[in-house]
Amino acid sequence: MITPGRANQSRQLPAARPPKGRGPLGRGEMRLAYTMVLPTLLIVMAIVLLPLAANFWISFKPVELGDLRAPTILFNERIRPAPQAVGDSAEISYRLRNTSKRGEFADAVLTDSFPAGLTIDGTLDSRCTLQGESLSCNLGTYEPLQRETLTIGVIATQAYVDEPINPRDSKPVITGKGDSILTNSVFSLKNYRKVFSGSEFWKVLRVSLYYTVFGTVGAIVFGLFAAQLLNTTFPGRGIVRGFYLFPYVAPVIAVAFAWVLILDAGPGGTLNAILMKIGATDGPINFLGRRATPVSVFGFTFNFPVALTTVISFEVWRYFPLSFLFILARMQSVSSDTYEAAEMDGATPLQQFRYISLPQLAGILAVIFLLRFIWTFNKFDDIFLLTGGAAGTRTLTVDIYEQAFAVSNLGAGAAVAVVVFFVLLISALFIFKFSPDDDG
Amino acid sequence: MRVGNTFFIALAIGALWGLIYIVVFSVLAMLISGDTVVPDVGISMLSGAGGGAVYVLGPGRVGGRYRGGYWAATSGAVALIAYVVLYYWVRSGSISDNGSVNTSDNLVFLTALVTFAVASLSWHLCLDGMDSGSQARYQLEVILIRVLKGIGFVFFSVVVALPFYIMVMTSLKSQQSLLSNPLDLSIDFSKPLAEHLRSYKELFTKYQFGYFLLNSAVVSVATVIITLLFAIPGAYAVSRLRFPGKNVLSKSILLIYMVPAIVLVIPLYTVFSQLGLRNTLLGLIIVYPATTIPVAVYMFQGYFRGLPYELEEAGLMDGLSRIGTILKITLPLSLPAIASVSLYIFMIAWNEFLFAFMFLDDPAIFTLSRGVQSLNSSEIPRQHLMAGAVIATVPVLVLFLWFEKFLVAGLTAGSVKG
Repeated sequence: MITPGRANQSRQLPAARPPKGRGPLGRGEMRLAYTMVLPTLLIVMAIVLLPLAANFWISFKPVELGDLRAPTILFNERIRPAPQAVGDSAEISYRLRNTSKRGEFADAVLTDSFPAGLTIDGTLDSRCTLQGESLSCNLGTYEPLQRETLTIGVIATQAYVDEPINPRDSKPVITGKGDSILTNSVFSLKNYRKVFSGSEFWKVLRVSLYYTVFGTVGAIVFGLFAAQLLNTTFPGRGIVRGFYLFPYVAPVIAVAFAWVLILDAGPGGTLNAILMKIGATDGPINFLGRRATPVSVFGFTFNFPVALTTVISFEVWRYFPLSFLFILARMQSVSSDTYEAAEMDGATPLQQFRYISLPQLAGILAVIFLLRFIWTFNKFDDIFLLTGGAAGTRTLTVDIYEQAFAVSNLGAGAAVAVVVFFVLLISALFIFKFSPDDDG
Repeated sequence: MRVGNTFFIALAIGALWGLIYIVVFSVLAMLISGDTVVPDVGISMLSGAGGGAVYVLGPGRVGGRYRGGYWAATSGAVALIAYVVLYYWVRSGSISDNGSVNTSDNLVFLTALVTFAVASLSWHLCLDGMDSGSQARYQLEVILIRVLKGIGFVFFSVVVALPFYIMVMTSLKSQQSLLSNPLDLSIDFSKPLAEHLRSYKELFTKYQFGYFLLNSAVVSVATVIITLLFAIPGAYAVSRLRFPGKNVLSKSILLIYMVPAIVLVIPLYTVFSQLGLRNTLLGLIIVYPATTIPVAVYMFQGYFRGLPYELEEAGLMDGLSRIGTILKITLPLSLPAIASVSLYIFMIAWNEFLFAFMFLDDPAIFTLSRGVQSLNSSEIPRQHLMAGAVIATVPVLVLFLWFEKFLVAGLTAGSVKG
């Protein structure tokens, strides 16, 4: 018989809980996981995260493309006149030059082996010491582009005449600290001032936004359209679907140049030739080179951006396949029951699209919009290959390239890159806030 | 014979298809033949409207019953005759005196024939099952959607095919024929094949495109292999194993592959210049996997989560180690995903332009993207440039068509990147 007391006792036993901390199995799993993740983490750190940080660093540096080579001392050694007989005097000269235009070279020390058969004529340069056959000169600091000729007067002895040794046979070694602008502690806000001053930056930002918004929306609208076309079954549907993906799959370099050829304003441009042959235009239209053309609609005249529109159209052409693929996949997972029910209730095709398809697609459309928005904003190759950023098509990404490599001002380019990074960061936070969990 | 709203819609549809196809096929005729074909758009619309009317007024219009294709053909023939008659009537002055038909006239007739053959098929598909009386809203919307779909197919097909067509045809032309008539993209079959392929021959002999192909292949394959080696364990750990920081890691993968290459290019250029890695293929083989690994991890972790964990648990229970489970159970099950990811990564690496452009200066180690870019100068004739573009495109497209199923799967899983 169980007494009440015993029952109480058993109730007081601690409730079963999972053990705290990690057991040996859990620790093993953790170690394994870290080993598996580590290589990925390291390479991503090295090639993505570190450069991102380096961008910040460079953007505060007045560094140009030419500064990438650290300052070095270039030298040229010779002996003149060549001693012929014992007692001939000659001069060994080292012509030295700091190659860098902007970085100084500190603590330069020249060491060279001194030909055995020669003796010093007069006094040795006060910065140099000669120990046996080893010459060592403490040359101090060289300013950028500073040049100097170090001369040492020598007299030939019998040993030299018997066995002449050209001092040039032994190469001098110059050690010291080349001051690279990249690594020194000089910082400035010059790049940011340059980027933000003037109307150029805001123009570029505006072009970037136009390009991104219209490119994204265009690609989605055309993708939706194409997906509607292929959502029915007909013979050859697979082939058509594959064919419509060509613009995305083909290398950007190939399709961009093909379009450049088609849109060319010169005599070889296909589209202009066609338009002129059938009499649609009088002269060629410079699709990629014309900034704006006045268009008047209902009495309003505004400047229609020709090149920008062309570039956006190219973006839409190249990326509609992506949104089309996404949307088609989503549409095929909508069950046909809903449509059949709507049909029974007398819903017309457009009503079915408006009240059944669109709401079902809203989620995927939002996801595509956000992702495509970021990727279109990031786009560089397409615009660069089509126009090179000319004629009002310079976006922020093209601006990075232009500043850093065309004007060869790396620092300014990095400053623009930092701006791009922040725009992206904000967009990414936005995505995290609004993206549905894991069902793309 | 009732004449309601559908009759007028048929007129409009006939005119529309007459307009669209006469433009499309005239341009096509121009590109194929090299001759000028000036279409008469007005006449074509008029004839098309007539054809549409004939079609919709025709027999077999009892509601919903299938109207035979023969009647579509009849209406097309009517429209064609109308077009030809009107065309020559309008420009009767331009017919040569002796009454003989010249090549250009043949071409006009051929264009019209194709135009109205396809147009009659189109209005047949649009108006099938409708009679000429008034239709309810439902039927009208059905017609509207059919018309929109038709326009869509024509539009997308033309727009997608055009650049590729021009690319291939231009690459087969010679310099002087391109200069004399840029629209003449015809192939002269009387010339030997070798003459058409001259640009290709020159690219492979004078411009080292053989090496470029090889370099691209080496870089792309290396990228795929390295990416798989890094991404598969990483993705497995993130999707299957428990460890602190797992969620942060899994989320930040998506973030990291949002970082654009152009932002990385300045620091990487700087550092790789100092390390002597810049003008080397090794530099590319380091950078490419780093940019593709996050995508690959993202794709793989989605796939691994979808695999039933019970299979792996069974393996573990039977005494396999964790690594053994991965090698013997998970990987064999993931072969489709591996194929998809590999193809997708290969495509990214093969098509990559920015880093190749920034890093490579030495023509001996150009990849195809960089090589084609180097052809873009005013001194090099454009058929060479287009031949280069074709050489760069063909391998990816062949691969794509061959493994379309896998690549489409890869694209949908990973194409958040682009």
